[in-house]
Amino acid sequence: MEIYLYIALFAPLVGSLFAGLFGASPKTVITGIVTSGLLFTSFISSAILLSFVMSGHTVHVEMMTWMAAGDLYIPFGFVVDQVSVTMMMVVSIVSTVVHIYSIGYMDHDKGFNRFFSYLSAFVFSMMVLVMSDNFLGLFIGWEGVGLCSWLLIGFWYHKESATWAANEAFIMNRIADLAMLIGIFMMYWSLGSLQYDVVFANIGNIPVEVVTWIGIFLFIGAMGKSAQFPLHTWLADAMEGPTPVSALIHAATMVTAGVYLVVRANPIYDLIPEVGLFIASLGAFVAMFAATMALVNRDMKRIIAYSTLSQLGYMFVAAGLGAYWVALFHLMAHAFFKALLFLGAGNVMHAMHDELDPFKMGGLKKSMKWTWILMTLASVALAGIYPLAGFFSKDLILEVAFVEQHYILYTVLLLTAGLTAFYSFRLVALIFHGNERHLEHGIHPHEAYNFVLFAMAPLGILAVIAGMAFKTPYYEMVTQLLPAIEYHIHNHTVFWIMTIGTQLFVILAIAYAYKKYAKAVKVDEKVESGFFYQLLYNQYFIPKIYDEVFSKPYLKLSKLAWKEIDLKIVDATVDGIANVIYRTGEKTHTMQDGNLSSMLRWMVIGLVVLLVLAVAFTAGYNVVNLRAM
Amino acid sequence: MFEAVAFYLFATLTIIMFTITVMTSQALYALTAMAAGMIFISAFFFILGADFLGAIQIIVYTGAVMALYAFGMMFFDTTRTLVEKRSNPRLVVVLGGLAAVLVVLIVLAPIVTTNINAHYPIDPSVGNSQAIGMVLFTKYLVPFELAAVMLLVAMIAGIVLAGKKMDKSLTLMADEEIALMHASSTQNTEEGAH
Amino acid sequence: MELTLNHYLVLSTILFAIGLIGVMRRKNLLMLFFATEILLNAVNIGFAAISHYRGDYTGQMFAFFIIAIAASEVAVGLGLLIVWYKRTGKIDLDQMTSMRG
Repeated sequence: MEIYLYIALFAPLVGSLFAGLFGASPKTVITGIVTSGLLFTSFISSAILLSFVMSGHTVHVEMMTWMAAGDLYIPFGFVVDQVSVTMMMVVSIVSTVVHIYSIGYMDHDKGFNRFFSYLSAFVFSMMVLVMSDNFLGLFIGWEGVGLCSWLLIGFWYHKESATWAANEAFIMNRIADLAMLIGIFMMYWSLGSLQYDVVFANIGNIPVEVVTWIGIFLFIGAMGKSAQFPLHTWLADAMEGPTPVSALIHAATMVTAGVYLVVRANPIYDLIPEVGLFIASLGAFVAMFAATMALVNRDMKRIIAYSTLSQLGYMFVAAGLGAYWVALFHLMAHAFFKALLFLGAGNVMHAMHDELDPFKMGGLKKSMKWTWILMTLASVALAGIYPLAGFFSKDLILEVAFVEQHYILYTVLLLTAGLTAFYSFRLVALIFHGNERHLEHGIHPHEAYNFVLFAMAPLGILAVIAGMAFKTPYYEMVTQLLPAIEYHIHNHTVFWIMTIGTQLFVILAIAYAYKKYAKAVKVDEKVESGFFYQLLYNQYFIPKIYDEVFSKPYLKLSKLAWKEIDLKIVDATVDGIANVIYRTGEKTHTMQDGNLSSMLRWMVIGLVVLLVLAVAFTAGYNVVNLRAM
Repeated sequence: MFEAVAFYLFATLTIIMFTITVMTSQALYALTAMAAGMIFISAFFFILGADFLGAIQIIVYTGAVMALYAFGMMFFDTTRTLVEKRSNPRLVVVLGGLAAVLVVLIVLAPIVTTNINAHYPIDPSVGNSQAIGMVLFTKYLVPFELAAVMLLVAMIAGIVLAGKKMDKSLTLMADEEIALMHASSTQNTEEGAH
Repeated sequence: MELTLNHYLVLSTILFAIGLIGVMRRKNLLMLFFATEILLNAVNIGFAAISHYRGDYTGQMFAFFIIAIAASEVAVGLGLLIVWYKRTGKIDLDQMTSMRG
């Protein structure tokens, strides 16, 4: 089984290096095919490992020693257990699909080979992240995906907004990673190991305050990667990257790494329910907060990005309340339909010549039938309509909140579910129904390549069946590692009322969205100039606040440091040293009068000085030595 | 006792001779005093049992070096009273004295002279010359050969420098003429190369 | 009264200082050469004395090579002096100012 582990792990790396060889040369389709093929290999290996793990085994290998210094011993160890194999499956399926999709999507791009190199490198980092058997290996993968995310957001580096967004994402993550590193240090400090099994076996023996701090710091790291409030602004801006990147990194895999971390560290969070409650509350807040921003946005990709943010909030609610398997389940289901949604959006973007405003589209269902079907499916799944994937995972989270008697959280999540349905179908209605507004702009849309649609089909199927078909086997498998808590509402009447009520609420929201946007779009000036609309449209003014509170004072500080400290102190010191030497030369160049006799005298003076130094040092050395004796 | 007397006698004589060499304004006196000082120095070598070195000292310095200087003096016509510009003579003495005092301080310090092991111990059973020969032609063979080559090079250099263009008096030529001469000689060699 | 190594070393130092004074004092290049010979000889005495008192031939070897070097120096130095004298007719140090910085 170890061989499959290594294949699953290293196939993407091989692909990345292969594509990297051609990084500077013009487009060669072979790079796309080879990387996709290697990822498919990785997927097959993961599937074999999955069947192995399903039978109740785990694979744990120690590839080689990484760090060994004194008591510190950290190997390159990898583990395939019930949690990591789930993540491996998600990552390998979505990335294979995205790779094949990208062959079509990036068809006309100059950086075709480079793109595949980065994308495969990302998959490798993600695999390291999920398969590592210790926190430091996880951190390396964590940083690796951050780096690849930076490379891919800024892939079109000639666009200033793209480089800006890439830097924003990287810097925000860096802030969070610092906290995570502190958490890892504290863990090592108090437990002397970073191996998962050692840490989780001994975490109960250390003071609960320390565990609390470790939990908090690790969660701050997760907040950065999963774009939770207040570090959420980078995710929407990250949509500057190519759409496949948004699908793979900023929806399906990387941003869920934070959830994975919390799930993986479940023995830690089990000990500190207060922190868990905080995580859940923050998750619910973000779910609502992001959904409201998605209501009014006029950028197709940003709407989906906010939706991702909102769903991540759901996952954190589940993880925070101790329902780790539910969080992981929603993570998996969400990966499928959100990636599908993004890829569909990519098709639309291509057809619309990179137009992102859905208000300038409409009626696309005629020309882009399959994209329409797939995106509608994804939206239905996202909204959580029975029997699609979202229903099983998302409604489960609502049940968790209800069973755990956190009724406020439950209410917030229920409202958010309605908002989710509304904004998803607002988008679908605006793009695919109504008048063909794009004709005014002289755009004639066309459907994407067939193989692209084929590549998307597996995601479509998974979005439909993932919930229904996988829930029971998944539950049986993953609860061998995670706490097995069944969330059932015992009162049948309450259960049915809740389920049907939720479904009705969601369907009403969908219907309202269709009614409002499917026919003709009327821009309601009064609403748009209203306070709430402006508040939401400007993302609660948070980017502006960050700009005012952090960026501008920092710029001022930097300017101060430059003009006052650097120029007046550092540069002045350096110039001063140079001046002293220069002036000394000016004053003493008369010494070099060309008279050999006086040069000889100077030589003797130098000799005398050296002798004096020799005597002084010898004497001083003896004095010190005598004292020491 | 005899050694001590001899040491102090020759030390006094050497110092006097060298002082004359340095201080006199008569070049001939300087040369003579220098030669005498060299011979007196060889006396120290004999006292110290370095017979071969003493002999070499007399032969090389007094025989060869001094003869060279004598010829040089004749060439430069410096047998008259030397006219030298003296500047700041006190500084010269102070610096020299200071250097001497410091070196004495260092050599008198006890730490320097301990812990020295003989690499090539003196063997009393053989004579000094023989022993020198044995060391010189075994351990110091390469430096010895190098010194030989160096002396050869120096000899050739001396002949070339002093004897070059003996037929032409560079003193009586203007700088332009010398430059012209050099130019033509290089041209000749270039033509030869063709 | 027993002679020690230090006697010789002090003598060597005094002679070296005399040579040093000569080097600084003399302006006539030929006389300058004399002073350098004094320096070399002063060092030779030191080497010979150390060789004797340490019972080691190394010192004598060094003195030997120094004599060889002194001889070469005189040959080359006098050759250069002759060329210089032919060019300028003087061997006064104060007139050699081509190395002015």
